[in-house]
Amino acid sequence: MQNKYFSDMEIIESDIEDKILNITNNTDFSKFKEDDVIYALKKDTCTIDDFCALISPVAKKFIEQIAAKAKSERERFFGKNVYFFTPLYISNYCENHCVYCGFNCKNNIKRAKLSFNEIENELIAIKKTGLEEILILTGESRKMSDINYIAKAIGLAKKYFKNIGLEIYPINTNEYNYLHKSGADYITVFQETYNKETYKANHLKGHKSIYSYRINAQERALKGNMRGVGFGALLGLGDYMKDTLSTALHIYFLQKKYPKGEFAVSVPRLRPTVTNLNITPIDVGELELLQIMCAYRIFLPYVNMTISTRERAEFRDNAVKIAATKISAGVSTGIGEHAHKKEGDNQFEIADPRSVKEIYTALKNIGMQPVMNEYVWV
Amino acid sequence: MKDKFKIGKYEFKSRFILGSGKFNLELIKSAIENANAEIITMALRRINTETDNILNFIPKNIKILPNTSGARNADEALRIALIARELSGADMIKIEVIKDSKYLLPDNYETTKAVEKLANKGFVPMPYMYPDLTAARDMQNAGAACIMPLGAPIGTNKGLITKDFIQILIEEIDLPIIVDAGIGKPSEAACAMEMGAEAVMANTAIATSGNIQTMAKAFKLAIEAGRLAYLAKLGKTNDFAQASSPLTGFLR
Repeated sequence: MQNKYFSDMEIIESDIEDKILNITNNTDFSKFKEDDVIYALKKDTCTIDDFCALISPVAKKFIEQIAAKAKSERERFFGKNVYFFTPLYISNYCENHCVYCGFNCKNNIKRAKLSFNEIENELIAIKKTGLEEILILTGESRKMSDINYIAKAIGLAKKYFKNIGLEIYPINTNEYNYLHKSGADYITVFQETYNKETYKANHLKGHKSIYSYRINAQERALKGNMRGVGFGALLGLGDYMKDTLSTALHIYFLQKKYPKGEFAVSVPRLRPTVTNLNITPIDVGELELLQIMCAYRIFLPYVNMTISTRERAEFRDNAVKIAATKISAGVSTGIGEHAHKKEGDNQFEIADPRSVKEIYTALKNIGMQPVMNEYVWV
Repeated sequence: MKDKFKIGKYEFKSRFILGSGKFNLELIKSAIENANAEIITMALRRINTETDNILNFIPKNIKILPNTSGARNADEALRIALIARELSGADMIKIEVIKDSKYLLPDNYETTKAVEKLANKGFVPMPYMYPDLTAARDMQNAGAACIMPLGAPIGTNKGLITKDFIQILIEEIDLPIIVDAGIGKPSEAACAMEMGAEAVMANTAIATSGNIQTMAKAFKLAIEAGRLAYLAKLGKTNDFAQASSPLTGFLR
């Protein structure tokens, strides 16, 4: 059913995909009863089955109790710390046809790729806000933003930032290793949806159309010595409960296989884009989103969890108290907006435009502890 | 009564070592004061920041004990220790080598190697470890200044679930035993001290309590009480009741 790997794509031995899909395909969320949720909340350790109960429809009415349990897990692992970062989009050229995305190569948007001089100016402008962690993003075009271009951008970022993450197209093990040696230690790849048919229907062409190459990206990154890997399904694209379960299992099985790796999860919901203002997350309201975040926190208490600027300020501030640990601040999803005027269009619309200082103050006021860096390169 | 405890060449009056990772920064100073702590640990990676550096919130008379958190093997621990010494001048280093992101359990094998590497570079190595006698002996031979066994997985507040194994270390190892991680209640800290631990370290139990200052003080008092009980030598426990009019009292 899936398209064949492109010739430049590395094949690794891995049973992770099968393990995830075996469980997800055999899970029926309607079978869970209130008692299953109560049982899951009472226990010290949360099993896969307990996790399913917590994200099932019947668990919604227990959101207050679920949130309380998530909050205590969050404090046990992370205290009051909230980690700050901002994304820096250095290119929005893309070779993929993702039906829902603003960067889709068929979309008539303003494309741009920053020069190294422009990247440095952006970095300097961001550095002035007090941030120490940066996430470098590109659109998924190897041609327009090749590995050497990204490596050079990392080299520049190292001059100003203590912690560098990447959100780029999936690459091979040796390339992850090269970027790790260049100074980046964290990579995030969104699977978008784990359902193969939905995936195929939404990713029509390009490298991204190869489901299995994408799902194995984190494992290649860990083999390539990256310290940490990030995951996420685009909630609302497929069956959100199944995608949430698959994402959790993806982390769960990889952690077992690579216990020293660090793991992170994001919970993006579909947002309107420049070319499609009508996209809205139908199934996943704020209640469901918080339910998902809390369930992740209870099942995978050790993972970092990022809350996107796709969500409004009040939701984000409360979410970091209960379940999330990372927050982006001073965000622009366009190209070159930090230092200059915008050169390329945005990937999606944001709902929390607050500056670093504003979010810092808001979180201090609710008793949280903003942390700009807690990382050392070894 | 002068009852001091020594780690390498350093002497301390307080037997309560405070962890720092989970505090709100504004609350650290009062926690230290209420705990009457002289040593506070912190991850080097945590002080690698320009905004809200935790070091600015620590009173000057407090000894900073950097730890190597983030190290996944002995070489990384050494590199972190060297950076820490350059930054803070500290030679006392708490060695943490962890290869498991889920339970955060220490790797005794790599930790032992790290002790040797740090000792050779003139550090005062304080290894955080899983309470295993063989590993503790190896760490002692490698130049450890103390042994820091965990009472329970870090952050769990589950108390002294490794109690019997810590007792073995106390009996067999000729270095201070400092119970580190897992202690959730003052009574558990008192228990560790009664057993003969030289000191106790805690963070989560205090940082996640309802009142940080009061809980810090409760821990201080419990640690002092436990130490006094240890020095006074506990009364023996008996498996059988001792009746005041024994059944066999008639025997001549």
